[in-house]
Amino acid sequence: MFVKRIYFDNSAATRLDERVLDAMKPYFFEKYAVATSEFAYSEGIDAREALDELRSALATSLGANSEEFIFTSGNTESSNIALKGVALALSKKKGTHIITSEIEDFPVLHSARALEKQGFQVTYLKVDSDGFVDLDQLRDALTDKTILVSIQHANQEIGTVQDIHNIGHICKERSALFHTDATHTFTRIPLDVRQLPVDLVTVSSHTIHGPKGIGGLYIRKGTPITKWMDGGFQEFDIRPGLENIPGAAGFAKAVELVTSDETQRLQTMRDRIIDRLLTEIPNTTLNGHRLKRLPQNANITFHFVEGESITLHLDMHGYAVSTGSACFSRSLESSHVIMGIGGDHERAHGSIRFTFGRYNTMSEVDDIVGTLGDIVKELRKISPLGKE
Amino acid sequence: MKFPYSDIVLEHFRHPRNVGQIKDADGKATEGSPSCGDMVSVYIKVDPDQKTISDIKFESYGCASNIATGSIITELAKGKTLDEAKKISWKTASEALGGLPKIKAHCSVLAVEGLRSAIQNYEERHGLVREKKPTTEEEIHKRLRKVMNPLSGLDIERTNLVKDMQLKDGIVHVVIDLPPEHQFSNSIKEEIKEKIEPLWDIKEVFVEFIA
Repeated sequence: MFVKRIYFDNSAATRLDERVLDAMKPYFFEKYAVATSEFAYSEGIDAREALDELRSALATSLGANSEEFIFTSGNTESSNIALKGVALALSKKKGTHIITSEIEDFPVLHSARALEKQGFQVTYLKVDSDGFVDLDQLRDALTDKTILVSIQHANQEIGTVQDIHNIGHICKERSALFHTDATHTFTRIPLDVRQLPVDLVTVSSHTIHGPKGIGGLYIRKGTPITKWMDGGFQEFDIRPGLENIPGAAGFAKAVELVTSDETQRLQTMRDRIIDRLLTEIPNTTLNGHRLKRLPQNANITFHFVEGESITLHLDMHGYAVSTGSACFSRSLESSHVIMGIGGDHERAHGSIRFTFGRYNTMSEVDDIVGTLGDIVKELRKISPLGKE
Repeated sequence: MKFPYSDIVLEHFRHPRNVGQIKDADGKATEGSPSCGDMVSVYIKVDPDQKTISDIKFESYGCASNIATGSIITELAKGKTLDEAKKISWKTASEALGGLPKIKAHCSVLAVEGLRSAIQNYEERHGLVREKKPTTEEEIHKRLRKVMNPLSGLDIERTNLVKDMQLKDGIVHVVIDLPPEHQFSNSIKEEIKEKIEPLWDIKEVFVEFIA
C-alpha cells in the first residue's frame, strides 16, 4: 500500500532545498581544497576566498562583522563552545556562576550540568505556564560573580519566544555575558546584534532546509572565550578542524532562500492547526504562548492518550510528527519542557509537536486534523483515563 | 514503511482485542499511573465452579507495546484457570507478540502485572488469600525482578544492577550500579518506588545510584 508521506517535523530536520545542493556541489568536485592551504597552492586561495565570502554572508545575516562569526558542526557544538569557552575564560578572572533556564535544549542544559560537575554554580531559572523566563527572577539571580546567562531565543518544543531584548539589557546592567540559542528562530524571527545586547548566538543550518552538520556561533568582538578542543588554528583559533566549505556554502544559500513571505505562510499553517485542533477535538491544551511563539511551531496535548500511540497511528497514515511522551524519549523521561511549564506527566505524554517547513501545504494541515480526530477518538475509547 | 515493532504487535495495536470494562467484574486492577508513562486496567469474570476466566477486558493508556501486550494477555488468559493465568509472564506475552523492543519492556510488563493483580483482587474478595503478612526481603527482591532495565530488556535483578538492598523498619534502601546521571537513572528510580511503595508495611523507599 502506498501512503503519501507528509512531514511535520521540521524542527528535527528539514528536507534539503535543491538550490542549496547546487550551491554546495562545486565544493565537492572542483573546489575541494581547504582554506588552510592558502599559502601552498592556488586552490587553497580559492578556498580561503570562498570561506571568507560565506562567512561574510552568514555574519551579515545577523548584523555582525565577519570576524565575529565562526562555523561549527551545528547548534550542539556552538552552544558547547559558548558555554564552556566563556566558563574557561572567566572562571579565574571573574567568577563561576552561570544562569540558564529549565527548558533550554540539551546542548545548553547538559553543558551547564557538565560545568556544574567541574565546580561551577548554575542557576536554572523556572519559567511560567507559557514558558517565559521571569525578568525579575533573572535580576535577582544575577550576582557580581555571574559570568554568563544563556537563555534561548525560542523553545524547541513549545515554541515560546523569550524577550531576549530585555534579558540582554538586564545582563548588560550587571556586566554578565549573554548567550542565546537561536537554532529555531534564525532567519524566521529577525535578530540583529547591532540592536540586541547579546554576546553569543547559536545558529544552525538543519532547521532551514540547509545541510546537516553545519552551524555557527556569533561571538561579539572582545568576548573572552577559551579554545578547548585541540587541533589546528582554524576559525580564528577558536574552533579547530578542517573547514566544511560545502556545508558553509549550503548554509549561506539556505539563509538566502528564507523569505518573510514564506515565514508568514508557515505562521498561517501554525494558526490554522492550532485553531482547528483546539476547537474540533475536545480535551486539548495548547503548549506554549498562543502568539509569542515560533511561526513554524504548534504543540498540543491530547488528554487521556499517550503520544507515541498517536505518532504511530499518524505514521501509518503517512504523517511524521513528534511527541514529548516518556515512551518516545531516549531516557524514558517526560519532556523537561512540558514539565517545566508546570505540566504534569499526563500533559507531557499526550503532547504532539507539529513543525512546518517550506514543502508543507495548507491542504496537508487540513488533512491531518481530520485524521487526528479519528485517532484520538479511538485511543480514548480504550483509555482508562478521562471517563466518568 | 518501516516500524519499530513486529507485525503481530502492530496488528494488536491497530485492532486491540477485548477492550473495555466489565461492569460487574469479579476481579479488577489498575497497574501503573500516568507518571510512569503507562497505565493498564484489567477486568475479569470468573466461573466460580471451574475457577476459570470466563471473560476478560482491558483498557490502556499507553504506547503501542502497552496496548498490544494488554490485548495479547486477554487472549492468552481467556478460558484459562486462575492458576494457569497467573503463570502468564511478560516473556510469554512478548513471545506471543513476536518480540518487543528491549527499551519497551517496562511499558509492556504492566499488562502482565495488571492481569495478576486482577486475579489477586478476585482471590482477596473471595477469601482465597490469608491475612497480611509482613514484607520480607525476599518479597522486595521479587518486586525488583519486575523492574525492567531498559538497556537489556531484562529485569534489574537478573542484569545485576541491584548492588545492595536493605529493609529495616519499613524503610527500603536500594543501591543501583549505575551513575546518577545515567540516561535511565530517573526512570529506573521511579519504577522501583512504584513497585515497592504500595506494599502495606513499607513507609519509604530510597534509591541510590553508585557506579
